[in-house]
Amino acid sequence: MNWMDYIAAAPEMTLLGLICVVMIADLFIENENRIVTFWLSMLSLVVTAAVLWATAPDARTVVFYGAYVSDPLSQILKLGAVLFVGVSFLYARDYLRVNDLHKGEYYLLGLFGLLGMMIMMSANSLLTMYLGLEVLALSMYALVAIDRHNVTSAESAMKYFVLGAIASGALLYGISWVYGVTGTLQFHEIAAVLSADPGLNNLPLWFGLAFLIVGIAFKFGAVPFHMWLPDVYQGARTPVTVYLASAPKLAALALVFRILVDGLGGLHETWSTMIMFVAVLSILAGNFIAIAQTNIKRMLGYSTISHVGFILLAVYTGTEEGYASALFYTLTYVVAAAGAFGIVILLSRRGYEAELLSDFKGLNARSPWFALMMLFLMFSMAGVPPFVGFLSKLYVISAVLETAGGTWLAILMVLASVIGAYYYLRVIWYMYFEKAEDQAVLQAATDTRLVLTLNSLAVLALGIVPGWLLTLCIQVIG
Amino acid sequence: MLANYLLSFLVWLPIVGGIGLLVIGDAGDAKSSQARLMRVAALTFTLITFLASVALYMGFDNAEPGMQFVERVLWVETFNVWYYLGVDGISAPLILLTTFITPLVVIAGWDSIKNRPAQYFAAFLILEGLMIGVFSALDGLLFYVFWEAMLIPMFLIIGVWGGERRVYATLKFFLYTFLGSVLMLVAFIYLYLQTGGFDLFGFMNVSLGMTAQQLIFLAFLLAFAVKVPMWPVHTWLPDAHVEAPTGGSVILAAIMLKMGGYGFVRLSLPIVPDGSEYFAGLMIALSLIAVVYIGFVALMQKDMKKLIAYSSIAHMGFVTLGMFLLWSIASDTGAGLGMTGAMVQMISHGLISGAMFLCVGVLYDRVHSREIADYGGVANTMPVFAAFMVLFAMANAGLPGTSGFVGEFMVIIASFKANFWYAFLAATTLVLGAAYTLWMIKRVVYGEVANDNVAALKDLNAREFIVLAVLAVSVLLVGLWPAPLVDMMNTTIEQLMQQVGQSKL
Repeated sequence: MNWMDYIAAAPEMTLLGLICVVMIADLFIENENRIVTFWLSMLSLVVTAAVLWATAPDARTVVFYGAYVSDPLSQILKLGAVLFVGVSFLYARDYLRVNDLHKGEYYLLGLFGLLGMMIMMSANSLLTMYLGLEVLALSMYALVAIDRHNVTSAESAMKYFVLGAIASGALLYGISWVYGVTGTLQFHEIAAVLSADPGLNNLPLWFGLAFLIVGIAFKFGAVPFHMWLPDVYQGARTPVTVYLASAPKLAALALVFRILVDGLGGLHETWSTMIMFVAVLSILAGNFIAIAQTNIKRMLGYSTISHVGFILLAVYTGTEEGYASALFYTLTYVVAAAGAFGIVILLSRRGYEAELLSDFKGLNARSPWFALMMLFLMFSMAGVPPFVGFLSKLYVISAVLETAGGTWLAILMVLASVIGAYYYLRVIWYMYFEKAEDQAVLQAATDTRLVLTLNSLAVLALGIVPGWLLTLCIQVIG
Repeated sequence: MLANYLLSFLVWLPIVGGIGLLVIGDAGDAKSSQARLMRVAALTFTLITFLASVALYMGFDNAEPGMQFVERVLWVETFNVWYYLGVDGISAPLILLTTFITPLVVIAGWDSIKNRPAQYFAAFLILEGLMIGVFSALDGLLFYVFWEAMLIPMFLIIGVWGGERRVYATLKFFLYTFLGSVLMLVAFIYLYLQTGGFDLFGFMNVSLGMTAQQLIFLAFLLAFAVKVPMWPVHTWLPDAHVEAPTGGSVILAAIMLKMGGYGFVRLSLPIVPDGSEYFAGLMIALSLIAVVYIGFVALMQKDMKKLIAYSSIAHMGFVTLGMFLLWSIASDTGAGLGMTGAMVQMISHGLISGAMFLCVGVLYDRVHSREIADYGGVANTMPVFAAFMVLFAMANAGLPGTSGFVGEFMVIIASFKANFWYAFLAATTLVLGAAYTLWMIKRVVYGEVANDNVAALKDLNAREFIVLAVLAVSVLLVGLWPAPLVDMMNTTIEQLMQQVGQSKL
């Protein structure tokens, strides 16, 4: 170990240091000045991003005795995570303030969660991965419960915690089997051991693999381990949901890439079938169940499940193109999800959670601009061009179509998109074709409006000028 | 200099104008001076677009079989997608039709749209740009982007400004067409994986096995058959037409339906000629069912818009019939005739059906009913309007001297060369078309004044008169002197015939 190791991990260490500063500073901040905590947290994010930028590795660097890796993939995922944590904080600020929830804990837990995500993204060993995952998960359990007087929040936090603990247990159990078979925890060594001795590719390893996939599917929210997701999305206060729905998806993708691709890439034939079943079930169940929802947070939760199915199908291909498309899909999905929950927050006000689909009725009359923004986001999620959701679906479908037997999967994916279109169209129908039941004026600070607008326009801009992001994704994977 | 970017100008000017209208808005009041300004701006944008398309017509070289006004810039490197535009004798007339109809729609909606006029006109402007994009895109993915994006403004037009059952109609419209097109996307991606790009000419030149061709044809068929629409996937159309505001119905009937026909000519026939040949019998059968069966269905309608919607389906049956006759005809000339007839029929139907929907719109604005039974003796109170409506009805029935006659006649001649029974069934339209159109005219326009509503009708105002007069002149012009239109298409169609004749197996 030398000092170079610390440079590779500098962003995480910076973030941890800053978190401590914010935590202590927050102790001395009066409730009415809580906004200072917000700005300090934002500043920490900016500094972390700057350090990330400055320490960007030219090539893959493995440090700390192989426990930690810094490569272009981790860089892009971390930058995305920092950005979207910042966006969630901004969307959350005014909501928390008017609802008497403006405590430092929201930001601190959010930053701790980010730290966990960054550790996951840089994990090169199963244990580092597990540590990062737990840091993230514990922060999220607490975040969901942040409004402790709210029964639904408390219930969903409890549910999330119990199920999450079981999933972590499954993951850890899987890790122990993989360690038992291969004798190592580090991904590149696991890959080396497996390619050196093909005899290891046998039942005990597959058994461990199955548990790993259960853990991954749970964290991603894929069917049949998705039960927590709609409940938590709905039960958590919306600023927490916007946090949960955005950046952690990037960490979940890192979990998949690091374990299944970096570590167990040689077992592609074995895990691809499992992933395919999970993915197909997610696409079908997510889309069908979303149709029946009346709560928009819950509906977007089921829609997330179906998007996760697309991401997992991209991983299923096992090709570089597929991995690049999974990365592109996740990044662009997170943009759309953050925007959509941002608009849900925008509609809420003191003591009123605008979380029913019917709350969107007549939005075009109340705020034509944000109705248009929501229209962009919904069409993007539905995969209608010229929005970016279309290109990301196109990319995944084209990767799937190249695999043997991919035609039927591709047809299933496009047909599922048509089913999915219905519930996104329903939001637009409520916004544009119905009369408003609620005439309250939307209240939001100028900076929130601006970022929300930029966030929503991004799905259009990325759809029209996708070249740079696509190239970036391919470079990162290649 | 400008000529190099003429197509981009045509595509983007209306879109940019539409975005401008959306951003500025009308302050929520249709009577405000701002709303008035938005109307004028919308009309100006559509008129400039029309003038630019006239420039396109002037600069168009009839002798050139290939693409003209070509623009080609790399768009998405990863998928080798190009921003690739160009027109030939098939797409140029359709672009002219689009730019010609849209200003009329804007004028038609001038005072009748009371709810958020700026958004209404913005939707039509954006729609116009996207439709021109569909007709000029030469890259598969670009084509698909325009094709799908077009659904968004139409979805809103029907849903926001439509009739009572507008939500049902517009969701049905969107989901039907979306379902149709996604399989086309899969076919495009398959072709992309074969050719390494989305260039339509690349698709045309790649050799494909029979099974692949059949599957691709079916994928295209679903997309285009829904759009045309062909029996049995036509059921969205009567709903959409009935519920759409007048302008929406006009654009749907006059232009969007043509995209199905255009898709067959631009994609199905040249990309999968053998697949098309294999399924030609099916296509002819479906077309004849549309002509005959839907003709009878139209006869029974009580709602004027529904009647015209069904008549559109029947007339579009002629288009698909003309396109797929070529393998049944021995001599080359006859095959080209069917195709030319189909293309002329598309333009002519665009003019006539648009005019018919505008006529119904004129009545609806006054009486707020589309039921035939609510009218009678309109000629007594609205003589000028009655003259126009009778003219368009005659054109719809295919009276010689109107544009409706030219295309139908060509297709019927071509089907005679193919098979007597095809021609026999196709010719029933002459009887059926006359029956349902003229019967409606008899009940609505002629006879005694039926009720107080009709007695209180005021004849056309200047605005309505201009719109209908312009359409009447063009219907007669195409009917009496179709040569300029046919000349524009001829070279391209000859080349297409050769291309389709060559097997790709």
